Amino acid sequence: MTETSTHPAFTPPTRFAVPGRIVVNNRTAGMWQTATLTEIRRETPRASTFRFKVPKWAGHLPGQHLMLRLTAEDGYAAQRHYSIASAPDDSGHIELTLDHVEGGEVSGWFHSVAEPGDEVEVRGPLSGFFAWPGDRPALLIGAGSGVVPLMSMVRHHRARGLPVPLRMLVSARSPEELIYARELGAETTPVFTRSAPEGVPVARMAAAHVAPLLAEQPPGGWEAYVCGSNAFAEHASRLLVAGGQPVDRIRIERFG
Amino acid sequence: MNVSRGFTGRARVHHPGLPPGQYDAGDDWPVLSAEVTPELAPADWTFRIDGLVEQPRTWTWEEAHTLPASAYEGAIHCVTSWSKFGVRFGGVSLDAFLDVVRPHGSATHAVAYSHTGYTTNLPLADLAGGRAWIAWEYDGEPLPSEHGGPARLLVPHLYFWKSAKWIAGLRLLDHDEPGFWEQNGYHARGNPWEEQRYAGD
Ligand SMILES: Cc1cc2nc3c(=O)[nH]c(=O)nc-3n(C[C@H](O)[C@H](O)[C@H](O)COP(=O)(O)OP(=O)(O)OC[C@H]3O[C@@H](n4cnc5c(N)ncnc54)[C@H](O)[C@@H]3O)c2cc1C
Repeated sequence: MTETSTHPAFTPPTRFAVPGRIVVNNRTAGMWQTATLTEIRRETPRASTFRFKVPKWAGHLPGQHLMLRLTAEDGYAAQRHYSIASAPDDSGHIELTLDHVEGGEVSGWFHSVAEPGDEVEVRGPLSGFFAWPGDRPALLIGAGSGVVPLMSMVRHHRARGLPVPLRMLVSARSPEELIYARELGAETTPVFTRSAPEGVPVARMAAAHVAPLLAEQPPGGWEAYVCGSNAFAEHASRLLVAGGQPVDRIRIERFG
Repeated sequence: MNVSRGFTGRARVHHPGLPPGQYDAGDDWPVLSAEVTPELAPADWTFRIDGLVEQPRTWTWEEAHTLPASAYEGAIHCVTSWSKFGVRFGGVSLDAFLDVVRPHGSATHAVAYSHTGYTTNLPLADLAGGRAWIAWEYDGEPLPSEHGGPARLLVPHLYFWKSAKWIAGLRLLDHDEPGFWEQNGYHARGNPWEEQRYAGD
């Protein structure tokens, strides 16, 4: 990256709402490495978790993503971004959870061809702004596969027994389509948009879901992390702003 | 070459307009921004150019609209791998603004910044010569807010994170200074034809 130490950095009149939380290591971000698939676990009818051995993985923080590349015999390659689902650990493995997108070039290969032993390439971890180092109280809001980077935060929070409060609000079409359902605990409130278990209302995520969480502001306030499709991210971030969450404490990862 | 077993990929379409590693997103226009979409009315929008210029200046919405209209029709390329063809943006060429402020000979780079505080750095040469716009129309309609409306910077020959949404101004400098994504590991220039996605590419 460009040498800037001899110059005072330019600061715009408005402070950026979501400055990066960590510095990304440009060397590891720039290097492609082989990842070997070791395990596939079904999460829902449409989503599975893929576990990879990545011997030279530099480590990541919850919330970061990577770039994944598939190469065909003739040299043609397709690359896509995927959030890292696993918490940081020293196992030399990472996990991704992929939705099966209808007609999807990369997710289609994963869901219909991939088997343990197969090799793909990854570079990362990438992007520091959606990372959660586990320091600030975290309010996590996701929908569909948007729960993936948030689950890395939940797992990290549990594995380390972190004392900061963490709450998650997650939207899914139905209980069967709720990714990681078995793993979710008291920190999580699911919202079901098409069908719900007995006694649970079917609803779109609304102010009434966000308000109780915003009412229990922890010391220092929530750092909000919103993840999902662009439409969901727009909707959920508006609910947060309307509920009084400061815009400079809302981080958004949009899956497209 | 590291082939993934059984991966064939889509039918190979030879598309001379498609930079390496990109695919045609068709009618989709995915959104990539890290912050809450601001509610910014045209009456509250301003655009300023300062730094290494003869005559720093701020334009209001109406003042900017008195400059000669200019359009871009072509492709845009996002670093997340999609490209979009046949897009039509309307606004004013950045040259029209630069002609008013008159950059110093020492100015080599600019930091573009948004009304949200987002920043991105560009060589001044990429902002001049009819290759950059301040755009407020998309397909003949006002630019939607999630795509940067009321007005965004448009530098279509570079990856689209350089085309700062909700553009607030340009600060001209005699050196390069990394912006938001550039500090987060992305490339300083971002030329899609050389696949400059991340620092070191
Ligand atoms: C930061 C980030 C993190 C992400 N994390 C995750 C994650 O954790 N899990 C997850 O599941 N997803 C994630 N995504 C989304 C992911 O990157 C892919 O977009 C997704 O997997 C779809 O890719 P694909 O190759 O399967 O589908 P694509 O081939 O890209 O297709 C997507 C859709 O467009 C259509 N399409 C596109 N191009 C063509 C074409 N040329 N011809 C015909 N149809 C076409 C397809 O039919 C399909 O409906 C993330 C995205 C981002 C930006």
